[in-house]
Amino acid sequence: MTTGSASPAPGSFLELRDLRIHFPTEDGLVKSVDGLSFKLDRGKTLGIVGESGSGKSVTSLGILGLHKGGRAKISGEIWLDGEELVGASQDHVRTLRGKKMAMIFQDPLSSMHPFYTVGKQIIEAYRIHHNVSKAVARKHAIDMLGRVGIPQPDRRVDSYPHEFSGGMRQRAMIAMALSCDPELLIADEPTTALDVTVQAQILDLMLDLQREFNSALIVITHDLGVVAELSDEILVMYGGKCIEYGTADDIFYRPEHPYTWGLLGSMPRLDREPTERLMPIKGTPPSLINVPSGCAFNPRCPYRERTGGKATTEVPQLLETEGGHLVRCHLPREERRAIWENEIKPMMEVQ
Amino acid sequence: MSHRADKGGEGVNAPEALLSVQGLQKHFPVTKGLLKRQIGAVRAVDGVSFDVRQGETLGLVGESGCGKSTTGRLVTRLMEPTAGKIFFEGHDITHMSQSKIRPLRRDIQMIFQDPYSSLNPRHTVGAIVGAPFRIQGVQTEQGTKKAVQEILELVGLNPEHYNRYPHEFSGGQRQRIGIARTLALKPKMIIADEPVSALDVSIQAQVVNLLEDLQNELGLTYVIVAHDLSVIRHISDRVAVMYLGKIVELADRKSLYDSPMHPYTNALLSAVPIPDPARRKDRERIRLQGDVPSPLNPPPACRFHTRCWKAQVICKTEEPPLAELAPGHQVACHFPENVEQATAPAAAKVAQNVEEALHPKKPVV
Ligand SMILES: Nc1ncnc2c1ncn2[C@@H]1O[C@H](COP(=O)(O)OP(=O)(O)OP(=O)(O)O)[C@@H](O)[C@H]1O
Ligand SMILES: Nc1ncnc2c1ncn2[C@@H]1O[C@H](COP(=O)(O)OP(=O)(O)O)[C@@H](O)[C@H]1O
Ligand code: SF4
Ligand code: SF4
Ligand SMILES: [Mg+2]
Ligand SMILES: [Mg+2]
Repeated sequence: MTTGSASPAPGSFLELRDLRIHFPTEDGLVKSVDGLSFKLDRGKTLGIVGESGSGKSVTSLGILGLHKGGRAKISGEIWLDGEELVGASQDHVRTLRGKKMAMIFQDPLSSMHPFYTVGKQIIEAYRIHHNVSKAVARKHAIDMLGRVGIPQPDRRVDSYPHEFSGGMRQRAMIAMALSCDPELLIADEPTTALDVTVQAQILDLMLDLQREFNSALIVITHDLGVVAELSDEILVMYGGKCIEYGTADDIFYRPEHPYTWGLLGSMPRLDREPTERLMPIKGTPPSLINVPSGCAFNPRCPYRERTGGKATTEVPQLLETEGGHLVRCHLPREERRAIWENEIKPMMEVQ
Repeated sequence: MSHRADKGGEGVNAPEALLSVQGLQKHFPVTKGLLKRQIGAVRAVDGVSFDVRQGETLGLVGESGCGKSTTGRLVTRLMEPTAGKIFFEGHDITHMSQSKIRPLRRDIQMIFQDPYSSLNPRHTVGAIVGAPFRIQGVQTEQGTKKAVQEILELVGLNPEHYNRYPHEFSGGQRQRIGIARTLALKPKMIIADEPVSALDVSIQAQVVNLLEDLQNELGLTYVIVAHDLSVIRHISDRVAVMYLGKIVELADRKSLYDSPMHPYTNALLSAVPIPDPARRKDRERIRLQGDVPSPLNPPPACRFHTRCWKAQVICKTEEPPLAELAPGHQVACHFPENVEQATAPAAAKVAQNVEEALHPKKPVV
C-alpha cells in the first residue's frame, strides 16, 4: 500500500485505521492485533490496558515500524503527522524513530547496549538526528540525565547500564527516549518491574516531560491504577481487539463492557473500604490462534446467555454508546447500563 | 496444637502464636579472591521478630530486596539463620536436625512466586501433586489417585487433568497446581512468596479467592509475602512492613492502612496509584528521593534516615526500637505519624502526612 492509495490524511496527530498484525506460525495464524483503530492528539495521553497476550506490545512495536521486514503480515493504516507508515519503506520509518517517535520498554536492559556507557548511547542517538559535535551531544546527554533525576549526572554519564539500579536504568532509558524530543512517546509497561516508590517517581517524571514537550503519549499497562493516573483516554484490549474505548471517566465511572467490569472487580483497591471478596473473571484469556467465535470474551462472560445466541456466532461491532464512548458487546445499551448501576457498581462499593 | 511443650523463656509469646520468630538474622557473606576472604556481608534479614497466630494471615510487604523472601525461607528452614530463634507450636526449631525436622517440613509449606519454574516439567500433575503421598508411602496407587483428584477439585482444577504436564496449563492454573501440591501435605501453615504477582489481574483475583476459601475450609495459617500493598490489605489480618532487613511497622490491617505511623509506610501508601481519575488532580504524593540503599552497607541507626523527610540528628545516631505505640500497633521510629488519632479514615491521614512531606523540615542527609 502506498500513501497515494490510502484514504485522506486525518486531522489527528496519530491515527490508526483498522490495523491488523498477524503472525504465521507452525501452530497457525496468530492474530495479535485484529482491526484496531484510534486517534491521538499532541499533548494527550492514551492508556492501553489489557492482560498479557492481548496484543498491546505488538501494537506498539507496529506503530514504530519494528515488525517491518519480519514475518508479520501487516494491514491497515498508521497515520503519523500526515504521513502513512504501513505503506512507507523500512528505511524511511527508521529515520522517524528517535526524533518523531520513541519508545520506553518494560525491560530497560533489553533496549540498552550492555557494552556501551549510558552516556555514549544517548550521545549516539542524539547525533543521528542532530548535526552537532560530540562535546555538545555529551553536554545534552548530561542535561537529560539530570532532568530525569539521575544524581551526579556528569559522573553517571560514564556508567554502564548494569551499574545502575532498576529505577535508574528506567530513568536513563527515558532520558534516551526523550533526548530528541520525540513528538510521540510510547511507554510499554514502563513501571511494571519497579517498586511503588520508584514507580511514582517515574510516573511523575513522564507527566512533567510530556507537559513540557507537548508530545503525544501512549501508556501501555495492565495496571488500572497507572492508567487512571495518566490517561485522558483509555482503550481496553481483549484478544487483539479494542473492546471498550472512552475517556478515563467513561471507563472508571460508567464502563459498559463485561470484561472491563471484570477487570475492575478483580482489583483490590486502597481507596475504598476493603470488600469481603474479589470478583474475578472466570477462565483464562484466549489464545490468539483460536480466538473464540463470535464475541472473543464469550466463554468467560456471565452475560452471554442474554444476547440471544449472538455471543457465539457474531463478532460484535465496536459501537458508540454516547459521546465518543465505544463498546463492543451485543447487549443493548440500556441493559448494560442497568447491569452496571444495579449489579456491578453496588457490589464493588460495599460488601 | 495438641502437644505444645512450654519451652518457656521470656521470649515465648501469647499462647495462640503458632509461629514465633525472635531476633532473626541472615547475613550472606560477600567474599573476594581465591581464598574467599570475607569482605562484607549482605544483611538481608537483620533482627526480625513477629508472631503468627493460629488461623490468621500475616502479610509481609516492602520493596524489592528488603528481605521478605529470605524471611520466608528462614522460617521454612530452607536456610540456616545467622542468629535468632524460630518457635513453631512452642518448639524451638531454629537448629532442629534434618531427621527431627522432617514431620515439621510438612507442617510449614512454601508456595513460590513463579508458577513456571517451581513445577518439574517432566512430571504429570498426578505425579507432582501425588508425590507427598508416595513419599509417605501410606497409600495405594488407586488411593493416591483419588486423593490427588480430590485436591485438584478443591483448588478448582479439573480432576481429569491428572495425566497432563505443567506446560499444558496457564500461569494461573500452574499456580493452582503448586497450591494443590502444598495442600497434599496437609500443612498447618503456608508461607506464600508473591503467590499472585506473576499472574494477570483477573487470574490474580481467582487465586486470592482460592487462598481465602482454603483458609476457611482447612483452618490454615498464612504468611503472605508480596510487594503489592492492595493485595496485602485485601488478604491479611495483620501486616508487617519491612525496610532493609528490618520490620519498621507491624499492626492489624485496619490500623496500618488507616493510620500508618512509620514515615516509610506513609510514603509507600501514598505512592500506590489510585484507580480513580477524579483523585488525580487533588492528589499529592510523598516523593521519596533516590533508591533503597544497599543492604551491604545499610545506613546506621534508623535505616530510613537517608530518605526520610522527618529525619533529625537522633535518627542517625540511635536506632529506634520497634515499640508498641497503640494497642497491637508496633512501630520503629523516633518521630512517628498518627500517634494520637488511631481511628480516623485513611485518605485524610495520608493527605495530612503528605502535607507535611511537601513542607518538610530540612532533611538530615
Ligand atoms: N543467596 C544469597 N546470597 C547473597 N545475597 C542474597 C542471597 N539471597 C538474597 N540475598 C540478598 O538479600 C537481600 C534480601 O533478599 P530477598 O530475596 O529476601 O528480598 P525480597 O524482599 O524477597 O525482594 P523481592 O521483592 O525483590 O523478591 C537482597 O539484597 C538480596 O540481594
Ligand atoms: N513474533 C511473533 N510471532 C508470533 N506470535 C507473536 C509474536 N509476537 C507476539 N506474538 C503473539 O501475539 C500475541 C500478543 O502479544 P503481545 O502484544 O506481546 O501481548 P501483550 O498484550 O502482553 O503485550 C501473543 O499471543 C503473542 O504470543
Ligand atoms: S457480546 Fe455477549 S459474550 Fe460478549 S461481552 Fe457482550 S454479553 Fe458478553
Ligand atoms: S526514626 Fe527518624 S529517620 Fe527514621 S523514620 Fe523515624 S523520623 Fe524518619
Ligand atoms: Mg507486552
Ligand atoms: Mg522475594
